[in-house]
Amino acid sequence: MSITPTPPGRGDTATVTAEEVAAGGIGSPPEPRQGARRSFLSSPVGRHVGLVIALVVLVVIGMVTAGDRFATGSNLRTVLTLAVVTGVLSIGMTFVIIGGGIDLSVGSLVALCTVWSTTVATQEMAGKSTWWLIVLVAVLVGMGSGLVNGIFIAYGPIVPFIMTLATMAAAKGLAEVISQKKTQVIRDTGYRDFFTGSVLGIPTQVIVFVLVAAVGWIALNRTTFGRRTYAVGGNPEAARLAGIDVRRHTMLLYVLMGLCCGIAAVLISARTNSGSSNLGLGYELDSIAAVVIGGTLLTGGRGTIVGTIIGVLIFSVLNNVFTLNNLDTSTQAIARGAIIVIAVLLQQRAARTELRR
Amino acid sequence: MSHPVEPRDGTAGEPAGRTAGGPQLRKQSPVDTATGGPEPSTAPAGEQSLRPLLDMRGIVKVFPGVRALDGVDLEVRAGEVHCLLGQNGAGKSTLIKVLAGAHRPDEGEIRWQGEPVVLATPLAAVRHGIATIYQELDLVDGLSVAENIFLGHELSTGGFSQRQSMRRRTRELLNRLGHPEIRPSDEVRTLSAAQKQIVSMARALSHDVQLIIMDEPSAVLDPDGVENLFRLVGELRRDGVAVVYISHRLDEIRRIGDRITVLKDGRTVGTNLPADTPTRDLIELMTGRSITYVFPERPGVPSDAADVLTVDGLTRRGEFADIGFRVRAGEIVGLAGLVGAGRSEVLETVYGARRADAGTVTVDGKPVHRSVNAAVAAGIGLCPEERKAQGLLLMEPVYQNVSVSSMRRFAVGGFLRRGAERAAAQERTRELEVRPDDVDRVVRTLSGGNQQKVVLARWLLKGCRVLLLDEPTRGVDVGARAEIYSVIRSLADSGLAVVVVSSEIEEVLGLSDRVLVMTEGRVVYSGDAAGIDEQGVLDLVMRGQAA
Repeated sequence: MSITPTPPGRGDTATVTAEEVAAGGIGSPPEPRQGARRSFLSSPVGRHVGLVIALVVLVVIGMVTAGDRFATGSNLRTVLTLAVVTGVLSIGMTFVIIGGGIDLSVGSLVALCTVWSTTVATQEMAGKSTWWLIVLVAVLVGMGSGLVNGIFIAYGPIVPFIMTLATMAAAKGLAEVISQKKTQVIRDTGYRDFFTGSVLGIPTQVIVFVLVAAVGWIALNRTTFGRRTYAVGGNPEAARLAGIDVRRHTMLLYVLMGLCCGIAAVLISARTNSGSSNLGLGYELDSIAAVVIGGTLLTGGRGTIVGTIIGVLIFSVLNNVFTLNNLDTSTQAIARGAIIVIAVLLQQRAARTELRR
Repeated sequence: MSHPVEPRDGTAGEPAGRTAGGPQLRKQSPVDTATGGPEPSTAPAGEQSLRPLLDMRGIVKVFPGVRALDGVDLEVRAGEVHCLLGQNGAGKSTLIKVLAGAHRPDEGEIRWQGEPVVLATPLAAVRHGIATIYQELDLVDGLSVAENIFLGHELSTGGFSQRQSMRRRTRELLNRLGHPEIRPSDEVRTLSAAQKQIVSMARALSHDVQLIIMDEPSAVLDPDGVENLFRLVGELRRDGVAVVYISHRLDEIRRIGDRITVLKDGRTVGTNLPADTPTRDLIELMTGRSITYVFPERPGVPSDAADVLTVDGLTRRGEFADIGFRVRAGEIVGLAGLVGAGRSEVLETVYGARRADAGTVTVDGKPVHRSVNAAVAAGIGLCPEERKAQGLLLMEPVYQNVSVSSMRRFAVGGFLRRGAERAAAQERTRELEVRPDDVDRVVRTLSGGNQQKVVLARWLLKGCRVLLLDEPTRGVDVGARAEIYSVIRSLADSGLAVVVVSSEIEEVLGLSDRVLVMTEGRVVYSGDAAGIDEQGVLDLVMRGQAA
């Protein structure tokens, strides 16, 4: 056996042969080694087969109980539009949780972002504000708050649960101070028109969500950032000893979460045409629930964007089915709780089976 | 009983050349030792029962990739101090965990007072009167001494805990142990290691015990503490309680032991030996191998080879002091010593994972700043001791584990070129002959030896100058070891400087060009590996401070 150490930089010049491309092609196993069963189970649909079934069951229930109103194009648009805010937040939350953390402050951060950006729009720049300025402020405020979370969590270090609990309280308070507890109405109709309009019949909000999800999927599955996220969450000590800057990466995860809060704030303030310290209420729990239902482990290191999206859709469809059947929100909340418990139990069972293999 | 033994003795070219010990010492088959055997030693003063208190037969425990226990017999009588001897990795810890109900054996029979028992849980073991004092203490830091002692069997009436009587009992136990200075209300966090040991012992005694297992109890005690411990062991023995005593210190075993069982490579190689068995025989039993490891040839380091790694005056208070050594290109330097001698700590400090209080590390003459990132950038790679906890991303595929330290090389603007990444990883794993040859496989499903190769492949791909290997064959099947050895040697031959830490002395000696022997944080020997043998090293480490 002869072994030569790789000269540094060797890989930089490596040419990718056709064979390698075939072998490493996108997501497909090099050969169908273990038959169709394995390849089906490792496909996006296969891995989330339980979730897909749950979603299908919900849709069927919707068709049966309120078929005339459920299976319409406009209702589909409603379902999707209602999913977007939680959806965008859940994408960020997926990164944070895979990376071994949690963020309880997202609801408050969304509120802060809406208030701050609408303040800019209604006061400082009244009259000459443009909609992109609102967007910019919301996104920057989100990322800045995320950075605060990230710095304390990574370098403090403060346990994520506690740190974001603190930010959750503080950001809400700050939002109330800035807005003086008033709802600030956006006068710039261009802003509202753009984000509540639609392109080719698809609501702009849905397009934003799809873009965020797509970028999230690519970042998680195709970049060094995503790979490090799994490593940092799966085994921080091994990641550290392998030379990954675990603290810096942890910090960046919360900045990313803040970015998603900013985007979510834009969507929500466009829809309500306002900014208020009450706007983000409860979104932290909705997004954590969606991520967990989607199969991401709270212990970190495991999880998928696709699962999260299905998780978000399940909640949204559930919501819709209940509304169409004139059931009140309290019953809905109970069903939601039950679904979380059932989903997690099923996933743990599946995970154990996988471990035994 | 199936006994899939013989591949080892059969395949080993030269059957254990060294074992010159008397035939009466080598009782490998369970049948020989089963029938009570001659019992020449001074019989314990306790009650003389005809049947043993505990009788374990043919215990087998398999972990993925390793047979940790491969047919162990242990027979303990009431009122005796039974010593368990064996090198690190011989299976002592696994055996006591089986006995304590923490592991369930895959094969074998346990009889307790003549009746077959299943010790399914720690609680079941305690109910039978088996208490364990672990080496790594298993106390809850945030609770008080009394709360720890009665953890799991609190005294209570109608659900209300009887704090007063638990305190009183605790005080009685601590007095009996000769440590009245520990107060029942003290928080365990605030106690010293030795005091925690006492609390552990009090906890064992708080049960109605008939057998106490002590795993290296003297390791954290000062001489007074050891005397006190011996007094206690003597008392227990007089009360008819059996003690299974694990220690590396032969002088202790001589003083308090009644009989000795020796383990090696997960098997019993000597049972029911009298406590006065000559040291030479015991060491031979502990080291003599039923298989001979094949170590690769040492080609010899050219005299003009440059120093690659230089460590000078490295110190971490409380762990090790003034460690200095140099490793040349193509050289393997071994660090030998017992667990706790500070070897792994030295390695992790060189790697920057622990902060040095003093001393310098240089690679190719350039000083390395004290951080992991600086060490990696300087070309140092570490294969950590706890491969699963510190080395691998267990749920990720092989190729991602290989490329994790050189990811940037395969990224264009943050996007990974997975084809190139995978191909490069595959090239390295093929060189090291990782099996199965499938880089998409989840690392967790590989055997220990192949997992180790994955970590090696990582640094091979990174292209490092210095390789630090901490227990490279821990959890590696005996059969796969020779392969790991030859991989390590060929890495050195390619010009790397290699440092190997291992608890298996034979491994360090067989693999390295030079060795350092460490005891209690200091280097007590440094020289050519050929200049010292296993017994010499054992002698140095067992004498401890003497050197």
